[in-house]
Amino acid sequence: MFTSVDDVSARLAETGYLASPAVATTVFLADRLGKPLLVEGPAGVGKTELAKAVAEVAQARLVRLQCYEGVDESRALYEWNHAKQLLRISAGRDETWDEARTDIFSEEFLLSRPLLTAIRGDEPKVLLIDETDKADVEVEGLLLEVLSDFQVTVPELGTITASRRPFVVLTSNASRELSEALRRRCLFLHIGFPEEELERRIVRLRVPGLDEALAKSVVRVVGALRAMDLRKVPSVAETIDWARTLLALGADHLDETVVRDSLGVLLKHQDDILKAGAKLDLDAV
Amino acid sequence: MSTAERLTSLVGALRAHGVRIGTGETVDAAQAVEALGLADRERLREGLAATLLHGTAQRQVFDPVFDLYFPRGVGAPDETSGDRDDLRERLAKALAANDETLMARLAVEAVDGFGGYGNSPGSDGWSSYQTLDRLRPQTLLARVRDDVRGQQGMSGFTDRLLEDELRRRIETFRALVAAEARRRVAERRGRDEIARRAVAPTTDRVDFLFAGKDRLAELRRTVQPLARKLATRLAARRRRAARGSIDLRRTLRGSLSTGGVPMKPVLRRRRPARPELVLLCDVSGSVSGFSDFTMLLVQALHDQFSKVRVFAFVNRLDEITRLLEHGAADPEGLGARIRAEATLTGWHGSSDYGVALGEFASLYGDALSPRTTVFVLGDARTNMSDPNLPAVRQIAERARRVYWLNPEARAQWGTGDSAAYEYAESVEMHECRNVRQLGALVGRLLPI
Repeated sequence: MFTSVDDVSARLAETGYLASPAVATTVFLADRLGKPLLVEGPAGVGKTELAKAVAEVAQARLVRLQCYEGVDESRALYEWNHAKQLLRISAGRDETWDEARTDIFSEEFLLSRPLLTAIRGDEPKVLLIDETDKADVEVEGLLLEVLSDFQVTVPELGTITASRRPFVVLTSNASRELSEALRRRCLFLHIGFPEEELERRIVRLRVPGLDEALAKSVVRVVGALRAMDLRKVPSVAETIDWARTLLALGADHLDETVVRDSLGVLLKHQDDILKAGAKLDLDAV
Repeated sequence: MSTAERLTSLVGALRAHGVRIGTGETVDAAQAVEALGLADRERLREGLAATLLHGTAQRQVFDPVFDLYFPRGVGAPDETSGDRDDLRERLAKALAANDETLMARLAVEAVDGFGGYGNSPGSDGWSSYQTLDRLRPQTLLARVRDDVRGQQGMSGFTDRLLEDELRRRIETFRALVAAEARRRVAERRGRDEIARRAVAPTTDRVDFLFAGKDRLAELRRTVQPLARKLATRLAARRRRAARGSIDLRRTLRGSLSTGGVPMKPVLRRRRPARPELVLLCDVSGSVSGFSDFTMLLVQALHDQFSKVRVFAFVNRLDEITRLLEHGAADPEGLGARIRAEATLTGWHGSSDYGVALGEFASLYGDALSPRTTVFVLGDARTNMSDPNLPAVRQIAERARRVYWLNPEARAQWGTGDSAAYEYAESVEMHECRNVRQLGALVGRLLPI
């Protein structure tokens, strides 16, 4: 899919995703070694975006499994279409039991869920397993088979093996420790907050109307907030929101009033806002 | 040394630090090296990290070890000025421009120029401490600040951020110097030994009692996910416990819509047992690292369990449950608030387990029932006073289980004024020195 690390950065950039060297290197390796990519990091640094960007670059279909507490086999893998099966049984009254039985467990009655979808078919696909840490432990067991051999076993049909391996991205906020076995099957990538210069480029790309000097100030203020001991430090998503807010407010430079009035865009807890306000001397004037 | 050898010894050094790496990962890493080539060192670093590591916390061990096995250069730098003022001058420029490549080069020169000590083989080496002591990068702060302001003017809001930013850059430079000194020493003494000894352990293995101030902040950051992790694990276990036998009546009733075919079995609901938790925490100065920390954990547990009562003591005991009200408390000020608002000391400031446990048994006996699990968190050092064993026995009799988590190494138990073994006769005592042990213990011991 990619020829070199530089190729990864360049092509991701075309889709509007500016990758750090770590991200570009790991994506390249995941593609080259054919291994799933486990991406961890705080919320809002672009983990899900990365999968979308890769899908766009590869002109692949993005198959997404959103994990949540209680997601199970029938949501992740496949399900039998019971209603259709019942219809089939009551429609054909004359056939023998054996005919009916084999019939209702065929492809036609199979409802393919994300994992099975990603494995079947020849078109290129990117499988995004989002917020893996939200799923129960049993689901991880399910993922193990899919991620190591790219195959799924349906008892009535047999084993379905991928003819073309999807590019797999798993994301996690580390709210639950994923199992060692799952981690072993993946390349590990931690996306943290970007370097100042990269973040400035991201902001400029996402908020085109913002001028260079203001973008620089925005990123510096966000950097200062991240260095404070806050309950929830602002992420890249918040930086972009803030830049948009400033643009909408028509602010052409930062001063106490503007920052104080819009701090709520960056910080989501009242005590964080108070703390940051005190540290930045917002009330000094 | 061939790349393969280098890679395997890197893996060996990481394993020695408790990073679990299988052969499969080593093979992946070798493939990564092949795919990436050796030309770009930072790419190589990221590639190896991606294939060998499984978690974020391992990164802080990985980076210094990588620097040792895949060093930036070999031996002394090509050109050194040896002039302190000249070096400081150039460093000031690099700091002002935030040029990390230049800073890295200067770190190499600095260690070579000012870090060397000793002149007999065997006792000589390179010291980052000495380098930084002679170079004093922190004294450049005011100068660089004025330089930058001179260039950009004093304008604007972001000006007030400048000092902190410069301070962080100086920190970066200090880290670069430390890494360079390690590299030079490793060349002389052998990489494997330095990799084993000079690289700090991952945060989850740092002793609570010896954690410095900067480490504590780090520990604090690791405990939050730990608490969340515990919470999810507990929730999962509780959910599993709810699965049980089939409730036939409700299954049949549910099957009416499918013409009597029971498509969805309904499980009998089980009434969940409601565990009660009582925590007794030593918050005296001698275990301050530990107690800061248990406070965080206690708070997390408080959010998860319906019935948690928390007591703190030094030599008097007071209930602090009300101070931990859901979400209101920040861990930062919590320790200070407890000390300010609760009555924890009597006539002196050192801990007295005997009195504190006695007070708990006599005043708060109603907190205990056959459903309560009690955790005592402390080092069991009584400062030569009476350990009051009957009080502990009394608590153990009335509660369902009592666990004592001791932040001291097992080897220290019973030495000096430690009454650890005496207490351990009546209650179950566990060594709990770092986040790793704490995580394992609480997961195992908590009643579900």
